[in-house]
Amino acid sequence: MSAAAGTAMHRSAPNVYFFATCVIDMFAPDAGIDAIDVLERSGVTVHVPLRQTCCGQPAYTTGFPEEAAKVAAAQLDLFPEPWPIVVPSGSCCGMLKHHWPKLFANDPLRLAKAEGIAARTIEFTDYLLNVADLNLAHARRSPLRVALHTACSARREMGTLECGRALLQRLPGVELVVQAHEFECCGFGGTFSVKHPEISAAMTSDKLDAIRATGCDAMVSADCGCLLSLNLMLEKRREPQRGRHIASLIRERLDASAGEGAGR
Amino acid sequence: MHAEAPIKLADFHANARAALNDPKLRDSFSGAMDFLIERRARQFPDPAAFEQLRRVGEAVRQHALARLPELLVQLEERLTALGVQVHWAETAADANAIFLDLARRHDAQLMVKGKSMVSEEIELNHAMAAQGIDCVETDMGEYILQLDGDRPSHIIMPAIHKTKRDVAEIFHEHIDGAPLTDDVNELIAIGRRALRDKFASARIGVSGVNFMVAETGSLVLVENEGNGRLCTSVPDVHIAITGIEKVIEKLEHVAPLFALLTRSATGQAITTYLNVLTGPRRPGEKDGPREMHLILLDNGRTQAYREQRFRATLQCIRCGACMNHCPVYTRIGGLSYGTTYPGPIGAIISPHLQSLHETRDLPTASSLCGACGEVCPVGIPIPDLLMRLREAGRHSVAQSATPPQQALRGQGEVRQWAEALAWKAWRLLYSHPVLYRLLVWFAARLNWLTPPWQGGWTLARAPLRPAPQSFRDRLAQRRQQRR
Ligand code: SF4
Repeated sequence: MSAAAGTAMHRSAPNVYFFATCVIDMFAPDAGIDAIDVLERSGVTVHVPLRQTCCGQPAYTTGFPEEAAKVAAAQLDLFPEPWPIVVPSGSCCGMLKHHWPKLFANDPLRLAKAEGIAARTIEFTDYLLNVADLNLAHARRSPLRVALHTACSARREMGTLECGRALLQRLPGVELVVQAHEFECCGFGGTFSVKHPEISAAMTSDKLDAIRATGCDAMVSADCGCLLSLNLMLEKRREPQRGRHIASLIRERLDASAGEGAGR
Repeated sequence: MHAEAPIKLADFHANARAALNDPKLRDSFSGAMDFLIERRARQFPDPAAFEQLRRVGEAVRQHALARLPELLVQLEERLTALGVQVHWAETAADANAIFLDLARRHDAQLMVKGKSMVSEEIELNHAMAAQGIDCVETDMGEYILQLDGDRPSHIIMPAIHKTKRDVAEIFHEHIDGAPLTDDVNELIAIGRRALRDKFASARIGVSGVNFMVAETGSLVLVENEGNGRLCTSVPDVHIAITGIEKVIEKLEHVAPLFALLTRSATGQAITTYLNVLTGPRRPGEKDGPREMHLILLDNGRTQAYREQRFRATLQCIRCGACMNHCPVYTRIGGLSYGTTYPGPIGAIISPHLQSLHETRDLPTASSLCGACGEVCPVGIPIPDLLMRLREAGRHSVAQSATPPQQALRGQGEVRQWAEALAWKAWRLLYSHPVLYRLLVWFAARLNWLTPPWQGGWTLARAPLRPAPQSFRDRLAQRRQQRR
């Protein structure tokens, strides 16, 4: 095996690449490990190319596409096999799928590679639901009211809102609660949160209030950028709740059921 | 009556901060926007049907823009044949000079004006007042603002930031004999009565235009109050003003755009009035203006037209849906932008009308959530345009990876060396896997060094602190354990 750290389970299992995202790498490793764990339970072998860094979105959206292009260019050869590339974040996934090709509009060689990657890139919940068709019927059954925050790029660019909802509905005992203004942005927006901190904070704060008003037991999202912003505001407010990646909730429910089973 | 406040170059950050701290404003805006969102949604119950209609609207607008110069020539020919005098204005000052000249020729001291954002753009009221000419707003919302010396905060509902109470007080203070009342119907009646006399005595009526039809020379005006019809039919002279991009090829192209406009703007299937004005009063006709003029304003639009990557900006039909759905606009209101057009459409058009530098905070004042692009009835990719403007502000022509044909106004003037350098450093680290791995390694181990203060981020959030073990550390461990 080359630079990819494979987590082979079974010879004939389907293979996927995993693009972890730099946010998960540095700030939310649990989400990445849990996502891999859940993917493996769905029966696939997960390959993580270790030379991966960032999708380039921060520079791209701030108006420095030439820098984003260089970062993307350094990663075009990391996914040589024709396997799906699973990304546990709607917005980074959207970057690979919709914007990497734009970065190389005038560079036919790289454009072909970027288009090849774009065609195989798939968001995590989309993969679990529509490709792996993950069975969750045996997961833990204890009642849990869950609010789902769907990132704007997941909702509007990737169209994966329903994937997240459907996965939650597959979890026995989980009741999906919908916060007011659910369609509205959480205010993170990458460098927006630094360039316009007051506006961003007002949006994040409203989002947290709306989620709290549902009286949910847990808050999940498939985007660690949004979660970082929401959680760090909760921390600043000295409130104990934290949002988690949807993969972490799924894994926890599966682990708990495995535990229950072992005890019996 | 107050003179209208001139456009002030906004301190966007200060304005936004003040607005965020004004609970009355935030409540009234978010309530009003929720109402409009809901009304629009009811008009488009089927997303697929909306998508289909939107494609037609987009195609009509793109078709017109692709042939803009020809269509404008055709329009001018048709209008001239109909007896309408066409004037071309490159700048706001040129447009005001044309107004002034016409007013002098007709010895007009009073003009009545229907709602027109382009007249706001050139600050017509202000320019006329400076020459002793009274230009009175007749749209109720605009009239309220004019009395109060205030500016529109929404392109469709200009006085949306005023409460019923505010209006009552403004009328009571500025209109002779107006009682202080909270009754909306009575307030409207007071306003209407005050305006009636103005219609009767004005020599000149001014209006905007929603669509100009090249094949027929018709000016189409969409409104609900009927004041537009009065402004364009009662006074002897009608002067219409609009931007050059409003031309469409055929009369049949009005139908889909009208359907999209009213549904997107106010959630109405149809407005109370749809005026199609084709030339001045003809011999034998009993009403209509004896003289008709059209002023076609450029004011920076050709810049957006010239650069293909910005041309979609001009597809806009000014419905305001992008504003209603914008989480930023909803929270800071329209006045914070300090531009004629606020909200997402303001952020994409103002840099062309003013300059990238003057409007530098607008393209970044968006989380790129995409709500605007999702509802735009003519399919303008607003988030993409915002990103392109961010780029143009930060790159001179020479620095651009894909340079524009010609420098935009203010091109590269938003660039700050520290920001450019930071992204270069970022690129260096993130495009070299070894450096990146070192960065992550150190970040995890030195995470206790995380600065407690991180610029704007820590204003309302705890600092970003790297996890004590990175994802790749954890992954390596996991593999070890599995062996
Ligand atoms: S940009 Fe689109 S949504 Fe916004 S005002 Fe123009 S047409 Fe309406």
